[in-house]
Amino acid sequence: MATKVTTPKPAELAESIKLIPPKTEWMDTPTEIKPGTFCWGAKGKNLGIVEFPNARDWNPSEEDWKLPENWQEIFLKGMKDLLGKYRSFQVFMDICVRCGACADKCHFFIGSGDPKNMPVLRAELLRSVYRNDFTTAGKLLGKLAGGRKLTIDVLKEIWYYLYQCTECRRCSLFCPYGIDTAEITMMGRELMNLLGLNTDWISGPVANCYMKGNHLGLEPHAIMNSIEGMIDDIETITGIRVNPSFNRKGAEILFVTPSGDLFADPGTFTCMGYLMLFHELGIDYTWSTYASEGGNFGFFTSNEMAKRLNSKIYAEAKRLGVKYIIGGECGHMWRVLTQYMDTWNGPADFLDVPVSPITGTRFENAKSTKMIHVTEFTADLIKNGKLKLDPSRNNDLIVTYHDSCNTARGMGLLEEPRYILRNVVNNFHEMPDNTIREQTFCCGSGTGLNASENMELRMRGGLPRANAVKFVKEKHGVNMLANICAIDRATLSASMDYWVPGVRVTGVHELVANALIMKGEKERETNLRGDPLPGKEGN
Amino acid sequence: MYNGGKIIVGLVVFIALFAFPFYYNIGKAMEKPEPKTDTPAILQWEKEHGKKECVESKEFMRSEHMQLLNDWRDSVVRNGDRIYTNAAGKQFTMSLQNTCMNCHSNKKEFCDKCHNYMAVKPYCWGCHIQPKENKS
Amino acid sequence: MKIVFPFFAVIALVLLAFAGVKVANLQFLFGVIIPYVAAATFIIGFVIRVLKWGRSPVPFSIPTTAGQQKSLPWIKQNKLDNPSGTMGVIGRMALEVLFFRSLFRNTKTELHEGPRLAYGSEKFLWLAGLAFHWSFLIIFVRHFRFFMGQVPAAIQMIEGVDSFFQIGAPLLYMTDVVLLAAVSYLIFRRLAMPLIKYISLPADYFPLFLIFGLGASGVIMRYFAKVHIVGVKQLVMGLISFSPVIPEGIGVVFYIHLFLLSILLIYFPMSKLMHMGGVFLSPTRNMPNNSREVRHINPWNYPVHVHTYEEYENDFRDKMKKAGLPVEKE
Repeated sequence: MATKVTTPKPAELAESIKLIPPKTEWMDTPTEIKPGTFCWGAKGKNLGIVEFPNARDWNPSEEDWKLPENWQEIFLKGMKDLLGKYRSFQVFMDICVRCGACADKCHFFIGSGDPKNMPVLRAELLRSVYRNDFTTAGKLLGKLAGGRKLTIDVLKEIWYYLYQCTECRRCSLFCPYGIDTAEITMMGRELMNLLGLNTDWISGPVANCYMKGNHLGLEPHAIMNSIEGMIDDIETITGIRVNPSFNRKGAEILFVTPSGDLFADPGTFTCMGYLMLFHELGIDYTWSTYASEGGNFGFFTSNEMAKRLNSKIYAEAKRLGVKYIIGGECGHMWRVLTQYMDTWNGPADFLDVPVSPITGTRFENAKSTKMIHVTEFTADLIKNGKLKLDPSRNNDLIVTYHDSCNTARGMGLLEEPRYILRNVVNNFHEMPDNTIREQTFCCGSGTGLNASENMELRMRGGLPRANAVKFVKEKHGVNMLANICAIDRATLSASMDYWVPGVRVTGVHELVANALIMKGEKERETNLRGDPLPGKEGN
Repeated sequence: MYNGGKIIVGLVVFIALFAFPFYYNIGKAMEKPEPKTDTPAILQWEKEHGKKECVESKEFMRSEHMQLLNDWRDSVVRNGDRIYTNAAGKQFTMSLQNTCMNCHSNKKEFCDKCHNYMAVKPYCWGCHIQPKENKS
Repeated sequence: MKIVFPFFAVIALVLLAFAGVKVANLQFLFGVIIPYVAAATFIIGFVIRVLKWGRSPVPFSIPTTAGQQKSLPWIKQNKLDNPSGTMGVIGRMALEVLFFRSLFRNTKTELHEGPRLAYGSEKFLWLAGLAFHWSFLIIFVRHFRFFMGQVPAAIQMIEGVDSFFQIGAPLLYMTDVVLLAAVSYLIFRRLAMPLIKYISLPADYFPLFLIFGLGASGVIMRYFAKVHIVGVKQLVMGLISFSPVIPEGIGVVFYIHLFLLSILLIYFPMSKLMHMGGVFLSPTRNMPNNSREVRHINPWNYPVHVHTYEEYENDFRDKMKKAGLPVEKE
């Protein structure tokens, strides 16, 4: 497994993209599982922890996937089950007209030119099996009706392309019937999990999150240590020692953020931003080490696994007796919180409708889930003049904003972060219209594809986003890419270094905290990263 | 969430729309149109020639009369050519009022029969004066 | 193969109807029996398919949000692209069904040297799709003059508008031209655009060829090889009043037209053409984005095995105590 996979240089990679399909029909074109474009197989140990079937070590690049004897039966039975449980899946299997509107909307297709990365064809990989085994026409006419027998090669092909989709839903936006490849990928991955065909990068975090409360596997004291470190840094910069609490019963608010923010730069700077903001406001809130993960890699595994991981948030809110929950900056976390959590683990009738303790604003839009997005919370503060801000502290930054796929197309959180940005930075420039808001491009590494062994795939998928950043870098001198997603903060850093060196990545609340004038703070010399503030370079 | 009610309503509307012709016409039995060719002029012609005949065969006239009239109009109005030679080499004056309506003086019983049945509204009478019988 | 087969299948269907009527004199089969079978297959098949969809629930609220959500009162919500209530959803669906809102967004991605990506507006598919569907609908509605004893003024008005330019006799319908042009474009793009050709299946070409044949046979019998149209209406009225008649001398083109229509109706419920019903049932479009405000119920939501706080504390109690974290059990 430890084979070193080399990633081509940007110029080579760009050169290799050919948006022309091969001569042979797609059903007759065998799929080669190429190094650099797939993630290592799951470890049996991790799948075992969450009681998954057919848990074993396996390697996608080996011929033998060590499948159970009756894998076809399992797959088809699973498919039948899902068709009966999800109208989306059933309808999307039936009504695609292959108009091709989605074809060039996928970042993986744009970056790879591989026709099987066109959303329509990605779905057809599975749809061909559906037609062959679940429709009369397919049973009678087979290939003529677009049917395809589920062979081992077909299974491998489906697997390969399911893990080249980040469920970003950009294709769904353009589909005249709203066919959502994310749904198809989710169903497909669910089927793969029946056969133990998960990846190491997803199943590891899932097992961690299940046992330890977060993907990174940070144990309670490690979480505290990490935040202690941030507290020290904040004190160095501002002279103020913030004092967050953990697992505290009776707090008004529970705060949940993706664990990526606790651990790695530049997410940690965003986390420092939360700590400083909440301290300055003096709100009664607590962190939890049990529900220490907003993100949900279970969501990239199966519906049931996602629900199992998500359950901790409400359970912990109930145990601690808080009134409501604030969620940090994260992408798929907010897809889950918006469209799934309440259905899975609600009703949260033990919580109150969120009311900002500072402005008194009642968040009617979250009156059932009782969980609000931190940018909704902060935008409301700024609108009501509750924060003293000095945006000039961010004057060395020329900022653009990347909408996360999930908050854009699974929620519609578009203006809140922009409103904040316009108030905390003086230099803000939008990327081109076709690449932002509901049309935003994925970072290229969502849905658990942010491993290192598939770096080539990630850089290919990251091209459209990076290219739009490059555009504003050249036009406006943009040097900072803001976003509200922990995976973005990790993965865009890599794709910026690769495609647009010189552009760094930040969370919105890092910029808020830079601009935030705190009561009793000393004169700041540096921003949260330790870079000298504009005008203080000489010090 | 099944939205069963909405789906059923949708299907009922769908069926109601597609089955519309089936129930719309119930009790509104419509006679097959029988255009009448029994005007005095036609009967006179039959007496003299032993058969009823038009400028062209009945089959041709049935399907192509609109095209023929259109050609006649173009020929007369645009080229000033008023003579029509039919398939059999016989010549007629191209005139709706003096040739066609001379025999078919019963617009109501002849033209309108099929036109009403088919809901066709020829624009002949936009320019031409309608035969008197219609004014009653 | 995937193009040739459906093409010749449609040709074969035309020849079959031609031979059946012209040679074998099977007017009753082609004029009565097959149309009845087709109509029944269409209605029943359509209903069965939709009910099949209906039997699968919508477990989660998964609208694709295409605009600003409803959140703080001073942030303007995009009520049509991101509806939070029933009216908004109706508006969104109406735009989708009547004007193909999503397809209107369509763009074309170009990769230039550099690499530099560019996204241009691409409205041809939207335009051709809209032209095709609307002209098909108008033509369908216009045909009601064959289905109704007394033809309502509304249908006569549609005809009047459709033949507004008064070209030729019988008057040329604009929709006839638009339909054939749009279908031709839709066929053309499948053949000429490499990626679209690559994803196309026989099931994509067949309905296009079939509909082209249907439209062409209609045009032929209206403008060129005219048929005994009063006889056609008699036949149709006979069918819908369940007292079928085969009038003499209708003309073979009509039977070809009717046969192609019958095939289309039979093919419809088992094909992608069911997008007609499916678009209404697409959960990414027909749901309000209010799942934080109103709990969406999943009928098959079942209890799952979770790792409880108690188990977590049991795993880490000592470490928690050492770190000064409160614990439930000492």
